[in-house]
Amino acid sequence: MDILEDILQKEAKKSEKYKTTDVEKNVELELDLGNLLALDTNDLNLQELKSHKEKYLLNLARDNTQLLLNKLWDLPSERREDIVVAKLPAGTLRLPREKPCPKPKPLTKWQEYALEKGIKKKKKTNAVWDDIVQKWIPRFGYKKAELERQKDWVLEVPGNADPMEDQFAKKAEKKKEKVSKNEFQRLRNIAKAKKIKVPKEGLPSVANPSSDLLNTAAKVARVSTASLGKFQPKLPKEKTLKENVIAPKRVKRDHSKISSIDEKSSHLKIIDSILGKKPKLDIEKAVNRQVFQEQHERSEEKKTQKSKGGKKRRKTSIPSKARKGGKISKPRVGKVNTKKGKGGVGGGRKRR
Amino acid sequence: MPSLQRVQKPTTRKGKKILLAKEPKVFEDVKKKLFLTGRKASEVLRNCSKDLYKLSKPHAVILSRKNDILPFENIVPVENLCRNNDASLFFFSTTNKKRPNSLTIGRLFDGRLLDMVEFCINDYKSFDQFTASIPAETKPCLVFSGELWEQSQELAKVKSLLVDVFRGEVIDAVRLQGLEHVIMFTATNDNILMRSYQIQLKKSSTKLPRVELENLGPHIDMVLKRTKFASEDLMKRACRTPQEAKSKPKKNVSKDALGTTHGRIHMGKQKVGTIQTRKMKGLKKTAAEKRVARKSKKAN
Repeated sequence: MDILEDILQKEAKKSEKYKTTDVEKNVELELDLGNLLALDTNDLNLQELKSHKEKYLLNLARDNTQLLLNKLWDLPSERREDIVVAKLPAGTLRLPREKPCPKPKPLTKWQEYALEKGIKKKKKTNAVWDDIVQKWIPRFGYKKAELERQKDWVLEVPGNADPMEDQFAKKAEKKKEKVSKNEFQRLRNIAKAKKIKVPKEGLPSVANPSSDLLNTAAKVARVSTASLGKFQPKLPKEKTLKENVIAPKRVKRDHSKISSIDEKSSHLKIIDSILGKKPKLDIEKAVNRQVFQEQHERSEEKKTQKSKGGKKRRKTSIPSKARKGGKISKPRVGKVNTKKGKGGVGGGRKRR
Repeated sequence: MPSLQRVQKPTTRKGKKILLAKEPKVFEDVKKKLFLTGRKASEVLRNCSKDLYKLSKPHAVILSRKNDILPFENIVPVENLCRNNDASLFFFSTTNKKRPNSLTIGRLFDGRLLDMVEFCINDYKSFDQFTASIPAETKPCLVFSGELWEQSQELAKVKSLLVDVFRGEVIDAVRLQGLEHVIMFTATNDNILMRSYQIQLKKSSTKLPRVELENLGPHIDMVLKRTKFASEDLMKRACRTPQEAKSKPKKNVSKDALGTTHGRIHMGKQKVGTIQTRKMKGLKKTAAEKRVARKSKKAN
């Protein structure tokens, strides 16, 4: 009994020495341990808040923090990298994200095929040993181009190929084609993913196309045949653009080999073409000009007659052929014969 | 798998990584904060911004220039600035005669405004006015006192915003000795009082420590002015968690009274007729078994 009393007395002394960790509250705190959050819905002592604001707030904060930490100390703990940590539960307060949930990307054409066939990607090392140059040639990246050139210092001409063909140029061309094909397929995959419809052939349609775009579209359409546009009929106003045709290589003239006679004749030809130029007559333009002039004169006449008060009206008639752009024998200037033609200008009105 | 479907793809690996970091993720990083000033700044607001920036380093950016922006009239310039700095929380400080020392705190979702709240700062005490200090990037404990936080609809939304702002990183475990910072928000009828303290853990008679607090700063007395909250629809959409983030409860596992864990495994139906018994090494008789069989045979 004495021992028990002793122990109890000791405990009482001990607890007196230290301040208590209990807190009395009317309403329990709502704790969200995952977010280290505590909500205290007890009434505030407004009087004390007014009189001793900072002290009251400090005590209030202390009490609430004590309750929060008491609960945190009860959580299960574990050891992580020599540190003892308390495992927090998931937070209960639902807070909004900053970006929307990530959407799963649709598979590309190759990925779908690989999935279907069960093809798995094989990890390849970057460097490949080449015996001829006795070096490690990287498959991609830094110094690849340089070392590849060293490796391919000579390219064999295959048996069936033209001996005059540039094999290096051919290789470069092939690579260019590969790269552009890859780029085309990448863009096609992006269009498929974004659900943008792209036509299988030709250029995609645009709301307000510029003339350049239309020209490009026409060119593309022309070349989109099996014979690459060689046998396409020419449109009436289409210019045989030099860009459409792969021009033959310009043969450099060897000026030392031309005879003096040939040179003289070619020079004279040039001079003749410059000096002997005859004016060209654009018939349509001339006729249109004439018609306009006559109409203009008529309107002027009308104005002057109106001001005079006269009722005379003169009919100007041009043979219908000329009006429609045919040949005229004489270019007429000034007033015209007042002949009755087939439905002259003005609809063949009666003379008044 | 990363997204990055662009017509013009990044040329450098570094550029690619930066763009991937800006893509939406299943588990998001800490929200970045943007501090900016309006037409006119005041000393109080400047100190306030600086202190809050120090609290949120390195996930914060201060823009030093003044901007001719009025967030409640046109939020688009703020959205653009936030997009350029990859921030989703902004602190906009202006002062004028009508609204002295006004600090607008807002958050964005998907580059567009989600909600924002304007506070008018009446009294401000900075870090420098107190002696205590805490290490950088400490996760604070948050305390909201006063029944108004629950009763008033508006204040409940303000509480959500304040938690989002001061929460810091989302963690699953915490070192108990490292809980050094606590921020308390008290809501009275007139104003909201923010107090920030340093926690000191003292010995006590029980296993639990005795908590003592020291004034740390900043201490802000603010009045709630204008608010612009998100519609229910938008808030719901913003709070959606992706399937991968949802924790699925473990089924068929239970604990009995003694603490032992019991689990149920469901086996499929066994095709007894088609079990392979031939050419199975495990089913072969060992030498010892053969001897025993021979002996029994002899006996018979």
